[in-house]
Amino acid sequence: MSGHVTSKKIYFAVFGALMILTAITVGVATLDLGQLNTVVALAVAGCKATVVIWYFMEVRHARPLTKLTVVGGILWLVIMLILLFTDYISRDWMAGPQAW
Amino acid sequence: MNAALAPPPSAPTPSETPTHYLNASYGFRSWLLTLDHKRIALLYLASITLFFFIGGFYAVLVRLELVTPAGDLMSAENYNTAFTLHGVVMIFFFLIPSIPAVLGNFLIPIMIGARDLAFPKLNLLSWYIYMVGGMVAAYALFTGGVDTGWTLYAPYSSTYSNSNVTATAIAAFITGFSSILTGLNFVVTIHKMRAPGLTWFRLPLFVWAHYATSVIQVLGTPVLAITLVLLILERSFGFGFFDPARGGDPVLFQHLFWFYSHPAVYIMILPSMGVISELVTCFSRKKVFGYGFIAMSSVAIAVLGFLVWGHHMFVSGQSVYAGMVFSILSFMVGIPSAIKVFNWTATMYKGSISYSTPMIYAFGFIGLFTIGGLTGLFLANLGLDIHLHDTYFVVAHFHYIMVGGAVMGYLGGIHYWWPKMTGRLYPEGWARFSALVLFVGFNLTFFPQFLLGYMGMPRRYHAYPEEFQVLNVMSSAGASILGVGYLIPMIYLFWSMRYGRLAPENPWGAKGLEWTTPSPPTTFNFDETPVVTEEAYEYVKEEKH
Repeated sequence: MSGHVTSKKIYFAVFGALMILTAITVGVATLDLGQLNTVVALAVAGCKATVVIWYFMEVRHARPLTKLTVVGGILWLVIMLILLFTDYISRDWMAGPQAW
Repeated sequence: MNAALAPPPSAPTPSETPTHYLNASYGFRSWLLTLDHKRIALLYLASITLFFFIGGFYAVLVRLELVTPAGDLMSAENYNTAFTLHGVVMIFFFLIPSIPAVLGNFLIPIMIGARDLAFPKLNLLSWYIYMVGGMVAAYALFTGGVDTGWTLYAPYSSTYSNSNVTATAIAAFITGFSSILTGLNFVVTIHKMRAPGLTWFRLPLFVWAHYATSVIQVLGTPVLAITLVLLILERSFGFGFFDPARGGDPVLFQHLFWFYSHPAVYIMILPSMGVISELVTCFSRKKVFGYGFIAMSSVAIAVLGFLVWGHHMFVSGQSVYAGMVFSILSFMVGIPSAIKVFNWTATMYKGSISYSTPMIYAFGFIGLFTIGGLTGLFLANLGLDIHLHDTYFVVAHFHYIMVGGAVMGYLGGIHYWWPKMTGRLYPEGWARFSALVLFVGFNLTFFPQFLLGYMGMPRRYHAYPEEFQVLNVMSSAGASILGVGYLIPMIYLFWSMRYGRLAPENPWGAKGLEWTTPSPPTTFNFDETPVVTEEAYEYVKEEKH
């Protein structure tokens, strides 16, 4: 990782991308897309995190072990979200008292 | 070799007292600003012992209240506060840091042939963060306490409780960072600082267990931190994350809380399993059976432990289909746990077993953990859990894991490495006696709670029907024996620090790099970097004459 000097141009580009993505998040929140609202919000958040990790945190220049650590963190987040949504998606499948 | 039978080394005169980490420097400053992993371990030892007795005090209050069916010692509100503080203090300030921060801190660098952890300043910082978290918890405790249960379930905690929820959540939030930093330090140290020749599959199983634990600490604890921030935001500023009246979902809090807090059980038990692997092989004088399986089962427990949290929520309103998935996954986590128990048993088979105090704790661990683990399968069963949920069966189950498992392993480890840590031997007779007192006291305290729970006594009530009194009196009587069992080691271990006989380098004839250093070790552990040329646990069985 050491030895790589990132130009200011890239940092400004990252900043610009984050601002645009934030604007998209805010804009989409005002639209009623049904269940797609959550999907879009998570997709935008994922893009933001990728930009920050890849450029700002310089993982693109990191060693394989560091990259593996990052992948591990993302994998754990995915595990959490998948099992969490297992509940939310299937909560109303069985007839019974209305859930929260 | 038995510590009590070890030949008494002659006391060195002051002029020939060797320099070690304890006498290398003196004064408060030398301790409070130390970067030596061994001294930081002792700082943690003192701190968590203090919190153990604070948490124990609240357990005494709970058990005293439950001697009689009527709620006559405390009001319901004070009882809620007592069991909550018992849980918060014991889990966040004793069990989670216990083995990693004390034994792990002390031993991992020595076991891998390093001079210190990878980040000594981060290590000291983690202790200070722990102490700051502890002080905030003490503030919450002394200014009215908190009454939500250690689980801090919303929306009671976020909307209705009038107790110190915010301060308690901040305390847990802060101390979580101490846990993250310790885990991070261990991961980097184990990856980067192993001695020449010490390959991954020559590592002591204690190190493997701590590696798996560290992965959980690093990946899981941030989720708890975020959850607590959401809770504080909802309580302080009226956000509606968990409040159905504002479009939130209280079950979401439980999901996020248990995503960390179930793996946190493995933060408590995995290091203890690492200790037991060391004890069983040393006191059986045999190479451990199935090294690779025990090592990988630690990793498997760490991974599978993240997939089972929904079994705490079968009756919460969680989808039945999600419950089915979580139930199946929960049964699967029994497999690597069973691998460990079977392999320890196989290690003992035809071994040359000695009944020294650490081994007595190891026996205690294996029996009690097995009961705790098997009763966990009862609770992972979707149908049976409806009957047992929120009863004393659950209380008994997790105490068999956390006290019968984690604390037995912690005490076994403390006794095993005490000569290395202090350079002194403890009185073996008293130590064996107290281990037996603990075993009897523990079972008398918690086994009746299985019966109470199965009979339908709910947890978290200060009063109960009269038919439950006999079993509750047995449980409280057991708790008093258990208390004595904890006090005896406190007394003789303190005593031994000054009056115990001097410990040789390797009082147990054990394998491992830590036993090649002086007792106590020097500040930088090794004069020269050791080179490892053999597999772990190359014990040669002693021939019987």
